[in-house]
Amino acid sequence: MDSSEKSNLHQVKHVVLVLSGKGGVGKSTITTELALALKHAGKKVGILDVDLCGPSIPRMLSVGKPEVHQCDAGWVPVYADPQQQLAIMSIGFLLEDSDEAVIWRGPKKTALIGQFVSDVAWGELDVLLVDTPPGTSDEHLAVLENLRKHRVDGAVLVTTPQAVSTGDVRREITFCKKTAVKILGIVENMSGFVCPHCSECSNIFSKGGGEELAKLTGSVFLGSVPLDPLLTASLEEGQDFLQAFPDSSTYTAISQIANTLLSSLDA
Amino acid sequence: MADVPSDAPEHCPGTSSDQAGKSSACQGCPNQNICASGAAKAPDPAIEEIRQKLTTVKHKILVLSGKGGVGKSTFSAHLSHALASDDSKEVALLDVDICGPSIPKIMGIEGEQVHQSGSGWSPVYVEDNLAVMSIGFLLSSPDDAVIWRGPKKNGMIKQFLRDVDWGEVDYLIVDTPPGTSDEHLSIVQYLSGAGIDGAVIITTPQEVSLQDVRKEIRFCQKVKIPIIGVIENMSGFVCPKCKNTSQIFPPTTGGAQRMCEELNLPLLGSVPLDPRIGRSCDEGKSFLTEVPDSPAAVAYQNIVQKIRDYCSSHTTSDHPF
Ligand SMILES: Nc1ncnc2c1ncn2[C@@H]1O[C@H](COP(=O)(O)OP(=O)(O)OP(=O)(O)O)[C@@H](O)[C@H]1O
Ligand SMILES: Nc1ncnc2c1ncn2[C@@H]1O[C@H](COP(=O)(O)OP(=O)(O)OP(=O)(O)O)[C@@H](O)[C@H]1O
Ligand code: SF4
Ligand SMILES: [Mg+2]
Ligand SMILES: [Mg+2]
Ligand SMILES: [Zn+2]
Repeated sequence: MDSSEKSNLHQVKHVVLVLSGKGGVGKSTITTELALALKHAGKKVGILDVDLCGPSIPRMLSVGKPEVHQCDAGWVPVYADPQQQLAIMSIGFLLEDSDEAVIWRGPKKTALIGQFVSDVAWGELDVLLVDTPPGTSDEHLAVLENLRKHRVDGAVLVTTPQAVSTGDVRREITFCKKTAVKILGIVENMSGFVCPHCSECSNIFSKGGGEELAKLTGSVFLGSVPLDPLLTASLEEGQDFLQAFPDSSTYTAISQIANTLLSSLDA
Repeated sequence: MADVPSDAPEHCPGTSSDQAGKSSACQGCPNQNICASGAAKAPDPAIEEIRQKLTTVKHKILVLSGKGGVGKSTFSAHLSHALASDDSKEVALLDVDICGPSIPKIMGIEGEQVHQSGSGWSPVYVEDNLAVMSIGFLLSSPDDAVIWRGPKKNGMIKQFLRDVDWGEVDYLIVDTPPGTSDEHLSIVQYLSGAGIDGAVIITTPQEVSLQDVRKEIRFCQKVKIPIIGVIENMSGFVCPKCKNTSQIFPPTTGGAQRMCEELNLPLLGSVPLDPRIGRSCDEGKSFLTEVPDSPAAVAYQNIVQKIRDYCSSHTTSDHPF
C-alpha cells in the first residue's frame, strides 16, 4: 500500500487526462501546447505519455531519446527546459530503436502503465497532463486505475469538427461517465484553415462539430483551434509555437483554452 | 489464442498468452491449473476453422497505419466502393476498430443491425456486391462505448472471421485501428491459415506520422505480411479561391516518398486534402461517385488499380497451410 507520503504523486496538485475516441485529432498536440501555455503562466507541468505504440511527445517537445535515470524514488523524468518546469515521461524514452514496433497485447501494456504511473519521481507539479492513444481500452483503464489512487481532476476531450470524429468522441464521453471521470471540457481542433495566400477560410475538416457535441452532451466547450500549418511545422521541429507566434489567432485560441482549464482546476 | 473464458477474472491475460495461469489476475481463477500447464496454449482451433470458412474469399487486404486519423477508414471504404463498382466482383469490408468504429458512418449504414442467419451472422449490404461488418452494428446507440480490454476485443475479431457468413468474395478489405496491438496481432494470427495477400499502409506527409508508420512497417516485417505499398494521404491543399497549394501537414523529412525510397517500398500514390472527402464521409456517400473528376478521386482510382494488379498477380492460395 502506498502511504500518501511515499507516493510519487503526492506533490502533484492536479491530474488531467487528454482523451479522444478518434485517432489523429490532435491529442498530443493539445497536450503539448497546453503544457507550454501552463509553463509560460509560471506553472510546473508534467506530461505522462502513455501512447505505447505511437509516442509523439518526445518529438513534439524536442527531447529526442535521452537516457532515463533512476533515483531512490524511481525514474527521473526528462526535462524539456533548463529551468525544469516541464517534466516528461514517455515510453519513447525506453525504446532501443525508435523505429522498433511495440507489439504488445493489453495485459503487458497494463503492467507497464502501472509502473509508469507509480514509479516516476515527478516531484512538485502544478498539473500533470496525460496524453493517451485513441480509444477506450487497456491504456485508458490502466491509467485510470492507477491514477485514481491518487487523484484525477478530469479529462479534456479533443475532437475535430467532422461527424466521423465527433461520433467516436460521443463514445468517449460515455466512457468518462461510466468510469466517473469528470469532463473538464471539449476542444475542437483543426477547425477552419485560413489560406496564407488569399486569407480565404476553408473548412477542410468541416466546422462547429465540437461545439455542437458539447451542447448535445451538456459539456463545457473550451474553444476551437484552427488548422494552422505553422503549428504542424513547430511540432515537427519541437519548437515552442507559443513563443514563436504570439500574434497568431492560434496562439490566442490555445491561451484561452489553457486559462479556462486552469481556472476550472483552481476552482 | 488470447481467449478469455466467461468465468475468468477481469484482468485475465488470455488463456494462450505467455502469462496464462501465472499472472496475478490468475490467482483464484478456476482455470488456473489448466492454464498454467500450458494445455490451453495449443494453436487456437479457430485458425483452422477460419481457414476453411474463408476458402470462398479470394483476396484479403489489410489497411494499416501506426498513426491515428491519417485516413485508414476513408481509404478502406473507398477502396471497397471502387472495387465493387465492377458488378462482377464481390467485395467485403470488415472493420476491426473495436473501440472507434467509423465504417458504418462512412458507408452510410449507421444504425443498421446484423441478422443471425443459419450459417452465422449476415453482414450488412451497401450494394448487392458490397458487404460490411463492424462492431458498430452490434451497439444499441451512438453513445455506446466499447470499454473492452484486449482479450475481449480479440474474441470479437475471431467471431467476425469465423461466424460471419461472408459467402463468395473476391476481395476482403480489413480496416484497422492505429497501432500495433491486440487487434493487429489477432487479425494476423486468425488469418494465418487463410493467408493475407498484403497490407496497404497509410500515412500523412509529416514526420510525426511517419515515425509511427515506420513502426507499423516493422510490424509487417516481423509478422511476415507483404506490403503492397504506401499511400500518402492529405498531401497538400489547393485553395479553392486562389489555387495556391499549402502544405498543411508539411513533409519535413521528405514525406512518404523519401520513406519509401529508404525502405524500398512502392509508393502507391498521394491523395490531396479535399474538404469534399470529409463531407462525403460524414454523409455516408462515396466521394468517387460524388466528385469523380476531382484530383483526389483520380488519385484514389489510380491507387485502386495498382492494388487490383497486385492481387491478380498474386493469389491467396500461394500460401500453403
Ligand atoms: N490545429 C492544428 N493545425 C495544424 N496541424 C495540427 C493541428 N493539430 C494537430 N496538428 C497536426 O496533426 C497531426 C496529428 O496530431 P496529433 O499527433 O497531435 O494527434 P493525436 O490525436 O495525438 O494522434 P494519435 O491518435 O495518433 O495519438 C500532427 O502532425 C500535428 O502536428
Ligand atoms: N484526403 C482527405 N482530405 C480531406 N479529408 C480527409 C482526407 N482523408 C481523410 N479525411 C477525413 O479525415 C478524417 C480522418 O480520416 P479517417 O477516419 O479515415 O482516419 P483513420 O486513419 O481511419 O482514423 P482512426 O485512426 O481514428 O481510425 C475523416 O473525417 C475523413 O473524412
Ligand atoms: S488462469 Fe489466468 S489465463 Fe487462465 S483463464 Fe484464469 S485468468 Fe485467464
Ligand atoms: Mg497522439
Ligand atoms: Mg479508422
Ligand atoms: Zn487562397
